Amino acid sequence: MSAFFLLILIGYLLATSASVAHFITQEKNAQQAARALLIGAGVLHTVYFVWRYFAAGHTPLTNNHEAVSFFALAMTWGFLSFRWRYQVKNFGAFVTPLLTGLMLVAFFSSQKIHDLPPALQSKWLPVHASMALMANGFLALAFCGGLMYLIQEKEIKKKRFGLFYSRLPSLDALDNLNHHCLSIGFPLLTMGIITGSLWAKQAWGAYWQWDPKETWSLITWFIYAAILHQRLTVGWRGKRAAIMTIIGFSAALFTLWGVTFLLGGIHSYVG
Amino acid sequence: MSVDSIVVLGVNHKTAPVAIREQLAFSGDIQIPLRKLMGIPHCVECCFLSTCNRVEVIFTSSRPDDAIRGVRGFLFENSSISEEEAIHYTFLHQGQEAIIHLFRVASSLDSMIVGEPQILGQLKDAFRDASEGHATGAILNRLMHKSFSVAKRIRTETNIGSSAVSISYAAVELAKKIFGELKGKKVMLVGAGEMAELAAEHLINQGVGGVVVANRTLDRAVKLARRFNGSAVALTELVEQLEGVDILISSTGAPGLILTRDDVKPVMRQRKNKPLFLIDIAVPRDLDPELNKLDNVYLYDIDDLTSVVEGNKAERDKEAGKAERIVAEETLKFLQWLESMQVSPTIIALRQKVEALRDRELARTFLQLKELPEKEKRSVEILAASLVNKLIHDPMLFLKAECPPEEKQQRLALFRQMFGLDQHLPSRKDSDETR
Repeated sequence: MSAFFLLILIGYLLATSASVAHFITQEKNAQQAARALLIGAGVLHTVYFVWRYFAAGHTPLTNNHEAVSFFALAMTWGFLSFRWRYQVKNFGAFVTPLLTGLMLVAFFSSQKIHDLPPALQSKWLPVHASMALMANGFLALAFCGGLMYLIQEKEIKKKRFGLFYSRLPSLDALDNLNHHCLSIGFPLLTMGIITGSLWAKQAWGAYWQWDPKETWSLITWFIYAAILHQRLTVGWRGKRAAIMTIIGFSAALFTLWGVTFLLGGIHSYVG
Repeated sequence: MSVDSIVVLGVNHKTAPVAIREQLAFSGDIQIPLRKLMGIPHCVECCFLSTCNRVEVIFTSSRPDDAIRGVRGFLFENSSISEEEAIHYTFLHQGQEAIIHLFRVASSLDSMIVGEPQILGQLKDAFRDASEGHATGAILNRLMHKSFSVAKRIRTETNIGSSAVSISYAAVELAKKIFGELKGKKVMLVGAGEMAELAAEHLINQGVGGVVVANRTLDRAVKLARRFNGSAVALTELVEQLEGVDILISSTGAPGLILTRDDVKPVMRQRKNKPLFLIDIAVPRDLDPELNKLDNVYLYDIDDLTSVVEGNKAERDKEAGKAERIVAEETLKFLQWLESMQVSPTIIALRQKVEALRDRELARTFLQLKELPEKEKRSVEILAASLVNKLIHDPMLFLKAECPPEEKQQRLALFRQMFGLDQHLPSRKDSDETR
């Protein structure tokens, strides 16, 4: 099935090229092509996920390939659902390269289908893993928005208008985007941690045992909680929120990969 | 129809100073000058455009030289300008030049501020008035619609209209990049001055929610506030007022700074860090340059805005080059159409069409009647040929009949439409869209 996954990867690659082409040339056709390609890739990717579910006989969220692939899938549909609700100019040119990057990681990870290890045989697997990865999807979108904010803010502050100024949306739109992504991503992250904790109680007998993955997901959670809290109380917005969002996403990525590959711990079977 | 029968004659900001243009500008019922124009001998179709920068007559004529004299006389009839001077101040474009000129006017390439969007609307109004007054016919209808679609094409395919080339426009553009929507945003004017008022006016046109005016003399502030439907405050209240303001335009004659970084820093906390856009168009400056270093505060002084405008001008000139190419291309297409709008090419086109139809139908019939002897095949062919010839005989007579030139154009247009002879010309569809 590696060929099928390669096809999806190529779909994402083409969508990325079209998005970047639209970004540079401002050509409307490129934008439509990018959208069509991304929807196409998203549909195939969903089919792939369903196929893998039946082929494996369990929820396919048990190794790095599956986790990252689902992460990208969640990000794709999250992005497309935004576009349906409101338009953020050239958001795609930032989202699609990241998507392609994730898909490359998934592609080069082992795609072998394993039997489900006994520790993962639980009803909690689909709930916990999908929540946590969907949270990552939205946090990744917030990351892209944060990056765009910083670029646009810099051009306006420095009064030097380069490639980006006319192509990026207003600061206000980007700040709203950040808030919007976080207000979906953060509850998902919270649910991911709670369901994980409930599962831990069931499997290991304790809700929380400071395993590195748990610790890092809590750190991530605190970063995002701080952004949202500060926004509501003292109006942390704009640049600070954007920077914090980028730091938060780095922590989320570290929780996903860094912990597994560097720190080990009981979560590390997900490798 | 010879291309030289299309003429544009008039004065504009390039050929005549405002002192001359204002003598020619028409106001009131536009049908009156239109009727006068139509009364000029040999003036067949016409359209009359009068704006503050130009007074132009677009017309077609069977004897252009006579009509040109008549139209020039009409333009200057209410002025004290001699005929010699009149010739000096007017421009005259004929044939291909006239078409290019009209396309350039419509797409704002000929405007004082290149890329400004109003001219297209003014031209559309002028055309609507002319066609309501039955002053336009087949040629001008086509030409004017074409000019609208050229303008539309240039607007979508180039960035000619997207750059702000005046200080106040640049300020509005920046505000939009910061706030997105300007609806409901509050503007504060500190001090009065022409440029500040102009910027405020632009912002109000964009739908800002309210205006506050602060001035050293409250009296002046109240007057200005009334004009913008806003409120007036004393200059001493400046810092307090900042809490609710989103955009501040400062242009006082104060010798030193009136707002420093330390004044604004605590206000940002009260504002919950909502962005604040500060525009300083005073010389010497009113606002502390250090303000730009505060988070969510964006400070632009007059030099910053000027350099934005300069950058935009360079960009716009590049886009204008692209636009000129589109004009040249569309002019060529229009000339092709014009060439076809004559009796003999129309007859040839109709002949070709009916003969192609005849041959296709015959081939289809013979395919089914394979056993038909050669002699009878000939008879069927003759039948088809004579049927076709008889059918188009009367329409051809109608087309060739002697009639006044304006009616001839209408007949040609009707004829071509009836027999679908323009279908190979894709430009037909474009002009329908703008209707």
